[in-house]
Order: sequence, then structure tokens, then C-alpha cells
Amino acid sequence: MNRVKAVAGNAGPKVRSDCEMTLELKRKGGISIDLTSKVKALYGESILKQCNEVLKFFGIRNADLTVNDSGALPFVISARLEAAVRKLLDTDQEYIPEMLSVNKYSTARDRFRFSRLYLPGNGPGLMLNAGLHSADGIILDLEDSVAPDRKDEARILVRNALCQVDFRGAERMVRINQGETGLSDLRAVIPWNVNLVLIPKCDSPENVIIADKEISAIRKKMKIRNPVYLMPIIESASGVENSSAIARASENIVAMAIGLEDLTADMGVMRSREGKESFYSRGRLVIAAKAAGVQPIDSVFSDVADLEGLRLNVLDSRAMGFEGMGCIHPRQIAVINAGFAPGEAELEKSMKIVMAFEEAGRTGQGVVALGTKMIDQPVVVRARKMIDLAIKLGRISTEWREKIK
Amino acid sequence: MAVKTVKNAAGRSVPLEINGEPVIPFMGVGKYWPEGARYSPPVPTCQDFPADGNKLAGSLEEALKKCGLKSGMTISTHHHMRDGDLISNRIFEIASRMGVKDLVWFPSASFPCNDPVIRYLDDGTINRIEGSMNGPLGRYVSEGKMKGTAVLRSHGGRVQAIQDGEVKIDIAVLAAPSADSFGNARGTGGISSCGVLGYAKADSMVASKVIVVTDNLVDLPCFPMEIEGNYVDNVVVVDKIGIPEKIVSGTTEITKSPDRLLIAELTASFLEKSGILKDGVRMQAGAGGTSLAIAVFVHQMLKQKGWKSSFGFGGSTKYMVKMLEEGQMGYILDAQAFDLDAVRSVEANPNHVPYSVFNAYNYHSKGNLTSMMDIMILGATEIDLNFNGNVVTHSDGYLLHGIGGWQNCLHARNVILPVPLFRDRIPVIVDEVTTLCGPGELIDVIITERGIAINPLRRDLIKSIKGSGLPLRTIKELKEEAEKICGKPRKAEFEEKIVAAVKWVDGTVIDVVRKIKTR
Repeated sequence: MNRVKAVAGNAGPKVRSDCEMTLELKRKGGISIDLTSKVKALYGESILKQCNEVLKFFGIRNADLTVNDSGALPFVISARLEAAVRKLLDTDQEYIPEMLSVNKYSTARDRFRFSRLYLPGNGPGLMLNAGLHSADGIILDLEDSVAPDRKDEARILVRNALCQVDFRGAERMVRINQGETGLSDLRAVIPWNVNLVLIPKCDSPENVIIADKEISAIRKKMKIRNPVYLMPIIESASGVENSSAIARASENIVAMAIGLEDLTADMGVMRSREGKESFYSRGRLVIAAKAAGVQPIDSVFSDVADLEGLRLNVLDSRAMGFEGMGCIHPRQIAVINAGFAPGEAELEKSMKIVMAFEEAGRTGQGVVALGTKMIDQPVVVRARKMIDLAIKLGRISTEWREKIK
Repeated sequence: MAVKTVKNAAGRSVPLEINGEPVIPFMGVGKYWPEGARYSPPVPTCQDFPADGNKLAGSLEEALKKCGLKSGMTISTHHHMRDGDLISNRIFEIASRMGVKDLVWFPSASFPCNDPVIRYLDDGTINRIEGSMNGPLGRYVSEGKMKGTAVLRSHGGRVQAIQDGEVKIDIAVLAAPSADSFGNARGTGGISSCGVLGYAKADSMVASKVIVVTDNLVDLPCFPMEIEGNYVDNVVVVDKIGIPEKIVSGTTEITKSPDRLLIAELTASFLEKSGILKDGVRMQAGAGGTSLAIAVFVHQMLKQKGWKSSFGFGGSTKYMVKMLEEGQMGYILDAQAFDLDAVRSVEANPNHVPYSVFNAYNYHSKGNLTSMMDIMILGATEIDLNFNGNVVTHSDGYLLHGIGGWQNCLHARNVILPVPLFRDRIPVIVDEVTTLCGPGELIDVIITERGIAINPLRRDLIKSIKGSGLPLRTIKELKEEAEKICGKPRKAEFEEKIVAAVKWVDGTVIDVVRKIKTR
């Protein structure tokens, strides 16, 4: 053990809901904790108790700990302290917070993925309420939004968030790093009910296969029953060329996304608002995805303030065959959901399907038909989701059955 | 020394005496009828004033001396200069130099720029502040350092206190953006325009002595005057009464926080689906980022439906002005202008009317404007399971805000509090408020990012949103959710000593704030 002092987390005048831990191991003298916190009067004792528990868990008996807290929740406090500890101790132990029962839900291959909100994996403040904005998916990002020297602490924070933050039914997604770091990411997060893993910068099927194998191994070892789906992201010219093969690289792939910032950089062209430079790549990706039976997902729209520009972009995207788009700000979610949402005719059909299905249930019929067409179970599932979404979007009321009769 | 306390109608322990004067414990909403006559200042005669109407004094010090400044007096000021106020602190600087002691400062509100008065509290020039306290001043009082006991009143309660003589103002020092040498004054014009002087008018009428301080002396008559010269003793001209960019925000902006926007959207949606929003609706929305966002959403809805709000009650902002100018609002009745667009509008638009709180919502008025309002959007630092609200202290027990018009506005038909469920780990919905400022029976709806709680007393509202898809929860469920996320907070701990009394709108004592226990 070389180092005796380590810092993890964030502090400063603009930091909220986070904390900074400065841990110094000592040879004697017991545990001494210096706490600065604006919630000290209300949670000071609870913070001290928690820190003592974490230190005890890792077998640390003598240390000076300085906690600079700006209203961090318990899962953040333990993540920050664990990160500091791990910088000093070589240990495989993990201090896992309770996994909330509401976070154990599974997801379906064919669910809508209109909107998926990116959250920086090392920023706890944005995680707490992320589930409130009705995104189809929440991406805890360990890749581009996390500085290289913060990868380890972000991984611990994301793991704790997967246990403790209620994302309210949004598909629980993690974007991992490339290469070895990505495999470490998987080992830390997969045990905590990740519904979908985004694999960045896929140039060839190999990128997917390596991650898929690792996930299978973890699932087997941890006896994980919920599926873990994959969404490769194409961000290079060779990725576009190989997109058909990438889309078929694993049966766990449910969607394939395009990342235009890196792709245009790789092509050596500027990214424009109308997107002429990426037209071919996007078209090619849509065809590759559809042919493989997975959802094609468009790149993020980076001007957060320009909601009208986003709306036009979404219409364009949907017209090309894309079935969803990434979001970098919650304000974009409603625009994207509305843009990709079903039209009036589709919605009406869905309501009729659900009514027919419910009628069949009441009369005990085994087979459901609408007009002359038989209705399969997945169609009903999809129709229900469409209705749920329309309710969420405020298009129809929860009492829609009254109105359609 | 222990002060004798009794339990008031809200179950709070309050004293029977504050600062040596007897007080009445809160008796319940609408349960207190005062007796006697309105207070009047000593009667003056016109021959005591110059025949040519020129009441100019050479300096503020000279004017204060002419008005007989001496120890123990009550000095009032208004807060229309907001955080740019250059006059209030100077009064006490002069008084301190003169060796005057034990003054009572009676501002309509104080701002961070008034923190220097701590020096005059320390040296004994000021005995106590009866008005809002925040920041370092609030901290000073909470730590028990002020000699007298602070008294916190609503804007309407302040007018009630000076009308029934609970507070007798000896000298009112009123900064005015424009004034003539006779003392007629208004809130517009010059370099320090604040739009309106709604909080100063009542003081001018009941104070024994009135000093108008201006940096923009205009020819007689200063028209249209909000303060009338026949109440004024002296006029003082100074270089600057305020720092313009701090008097009004250059511009008020709606919140950019996605969570606050979500709360605003939910609120607007609630107003629509409950049927509260209708043609002719009367509304007030504050100047906070969330309130402004609500105003924007409401404006859009009014436009879509072709409806018009008959009037809006200010504090006004550019968003309200926009409604007025685009035809979705008939009038703005305004007690204070928050931004430059609002100031411009009140100067130019005859339908944007300066409106004194004197008329608006004082307990001794013959009617209450706020009880005629349909929509009232307010905030709170804490709300408890009985819907009681706190606006003056934080959960850590420190005094941090004034009451403003909050208590008065609770009398509106639909009182709606859009608040986050927690702020930096601190739950807003709690078992019991740290300080009771508003009884729960007057608070109708709490709107958080995680659901809407409607006061069970409002069965009509609960019924109105059935089937709307809005996330209706009980207040207990919301509180439990906050505690699940944040952990259960400890309560702040206090010593016996009472540092501030909180008055209800009728002048009775609804609660007290005690000295913080520092560990």
C-alpha cells in the first residue's frame, strides 16, 4: 500500500447533492471525521453514522476523514467514501446499498424506445428526478461524460444509483466504456438489474460479442434472470459499413443507434443542422437495423434551447424510419415523445384492439379478433403501451374507454 | 428568565407579552374582532409649514433632527429600493453618530444590502427590527443577539398594525424616485425608478413625521403622486437613493431547471383540468422562476381558449405585462414592479395601475381583495401533514425569509403551493412545520414533482380532477416518499428564549421563533 491519502467526489459553490471525501489512513488514533454540511442540523448524525459503517465494512480502524457535503443522499455518500477507500486499499469488497424492490422490473424487447435521457455517470444531482420526465429510457453514462480519472468513482456511483434511485419504469440503461474499462463497468453494474447496455463506438461485430460474452458470464454467475439487452452505437465510417453485421452480432441486440458527433469527426466533415453529410449513414443504419429486426435510433440533437429545431429534426428522423432519439436534457423528452408517438389513426386502432381483447376476456373467448383479423398477444401488449403513452402525453384520458364506446 | 406562555388556537406556545407590550394569542382564522378606533397621528397645522410649500431640508441628518429624532422612536422605511436601498442604513448611521439609542426599525422588508445595520444593533442604536429578516440578519436574530424581540408581520399585517395603533411610527423615511419640494412623490421617473410605491403610502398617512428622500427633484406638482405632500414634513435631495440595477432585476427569467419546469407544467395542467382556469379568471403569480413559468403556461392556455383574465394582482413581471399587452389580461393591479418591463409598463400603460397594499389586503379594510382572487400561487419552506405552512424559517431553525404578502394571499379561493418535494436532501413536506405562519385550512393544493396533494377540506377540487390522469396523492404519501429518499430529518433544536414573534393577519400571535441551540 503506497498511498495513504485519497479524495473522491465533488465539492464547491456550484455543487449540489454531492459530497467530497478526503480520506487519510493512519496507524493509530481511531476514526476521526470532520463534517461540513449545510444539512448538518438535520442529517449530521446520520452522515457520521453512515461513514463509520462504511469504514468499518472495509476494516479501516484508524483514519482521518473530511466530509464536505452539499446535501448528498445516502447512496451518494457511501459511493464517494467507497471510491476514496478503493483508491487506498486493494479490495474486491463492495459496499452495496439496499436494492429497492421497485427497481427490479424487467423490460421487453419490443417496448418503445422513443426517448432515452443521458445522465453523466458522475453527477448525482441529475439522477434523483430523472425518472420523473417520462423518458422511455435513462442512460447512466460512464463513457464520454466522465473524465478519465473519474471512471472508477463514477462506476461506484452508477452502481449505487441502480440500487437506490427509482427511475419509475424507464428502461434502465448504462453506457459503458470501450475495451477493458468497459468490461470492468459491466462487472460493477450488471448485477444490479441493468435492462440495456449501450456499447459505444462499435466498428465491428467483435465489439458487441466481447461485451455480450462478459454479460452472459456475469448473468450465469449471479443467476440473473432478467434479460440484458444491447444497443450498439455506430460512430465511425467502418461502423456504418459493418452495420448489418453489427446489428446481427447478438440476439440480445434490440436497437442500434448512430452517434453523429464522432461519425462526422471520423468523416472529416462538419455537422450541419439539416444533416446532409450524414444522410447516407443514417439511411444505411435504418435499413441495417430493420433488416435485422431491431429498432434504429437516431443521434442526439445538441442545441438544448432550440426545441423547434428539435421538433423538425424528429419529424425528419421518424420519416426516415428511426424509432427513437437520445436526449441530453429533460426538456427534449416531451418533444421527442410527441414526435415519435403514434398518429391519431394508429391510436384509435390500438384502443379498439385493447377493447376487443378485454371483451374476449370477459366472454371467455380463447381467440381475439378485430374485424376479420386475428390479434396476437404481442400486438395487444404494444397497443396497451401506445395507449399508456398517449395518456402520459395527455392525448387521451385514463377514462378513454368511456369515450370510445 | 422564563416568559409566561399559553397555547394559542393553533396549539403553539406563545407569550402574552412581547417587548413589554401585551399581545393576543391567535384565536383561529376569522375569530378576532378588534375594538376601538383607528389610530391617528397628532394633528398638524398648515401654518407650521412654509407658505411657499418648500419643505426642503439640507440633509437627511438635518431632516431627522427637525423631526425630533430621539431614543426609543420607531422609524419606518419601505423596501421598494429592494437590494439597492441606499437610505435605510444611513438613517441608523446618523442616529448612531448622534448617540440615539433603542430605536425600533420598522421596514416593510429588509434585503441583504441592509446587513450593515447589524453594527447598529450591536452598538445599541437599534433595539429591534419589526419586519422581515433574511441572510446574516436572520442568522443574527436566530442566534439571540438582538436586544429586543423581532416581530414578523405580513404586508397586510403591517398596515393593520399601523392602522390600529399596535405600531406607532414616529418618523417615516420614504425614498422616492421622483418628488417635488412640497413632498408629493411617485415611484417612477429619474434614475432610481421602481415603478410603484405601494408599501409606502400607508406609512405616509399615519406616521407622526414624514421625510421624503429623492434623487430626482421635480417641479411642483409631482404628478401623478402616490404619496401626497400634505402628509410630508420634510423633503431631502440626495445624489442617489438606490443602485438602479439592484432596485429591479433587469429581467426576470423563468426557471431553467427541468424539475421546476415539471412542477410548473403540472400546476398549469391542474389549473386547466380542475376548471379553476376560466374566462375572466383573477390571478396572482409571484416572481420566482417556477411562478413565472406557470404564468407563461397559463398565458398560452388563455390564448388557445380565447379567454382573458379580468385582472392580475402584482408584483408584476414582464410575463404579466406580456399578458396585458397581448390582450389576455384586462388590468394589472400592482403593489411592486419586479423588472424593467414592469416599470416601463406601469409608466406607460393606463391599465397597469399602482395599487397600494393599503387597499389590497389589510385586516381593517372593508373587504379583502385577495379573497376575490381565483388563483393564488405561493411558495413555502415547509408544509406539514395538516397543510400548515412555514415561510419564515428553514428546517434548520434559522430565520431566513420575511412573510411578505404570503399570509394575506392565503385568503384566495384556490391557494396553490408548487414546491419541490425536497431541496438538497431537505424535505419540504414534514410532520409539523418548524414555525407556523399559515393555518392549513387556508392552503388548498400542494404540487410537487412527484404528485399533487389536495387538502381533504376541498372535496370539490378532488372531485374536479378525477380521471384527469393527474398524479393525485395524499400529503402523507408525499411526506413518506420524501423521507424514503432523503432519510428522516432530525428536528432543529431551540433554547427557551424567544427571538421573534410571528403575527397573523389580524395582529394576534400565531407562533414564535426561539433562539437556535448551537452545538
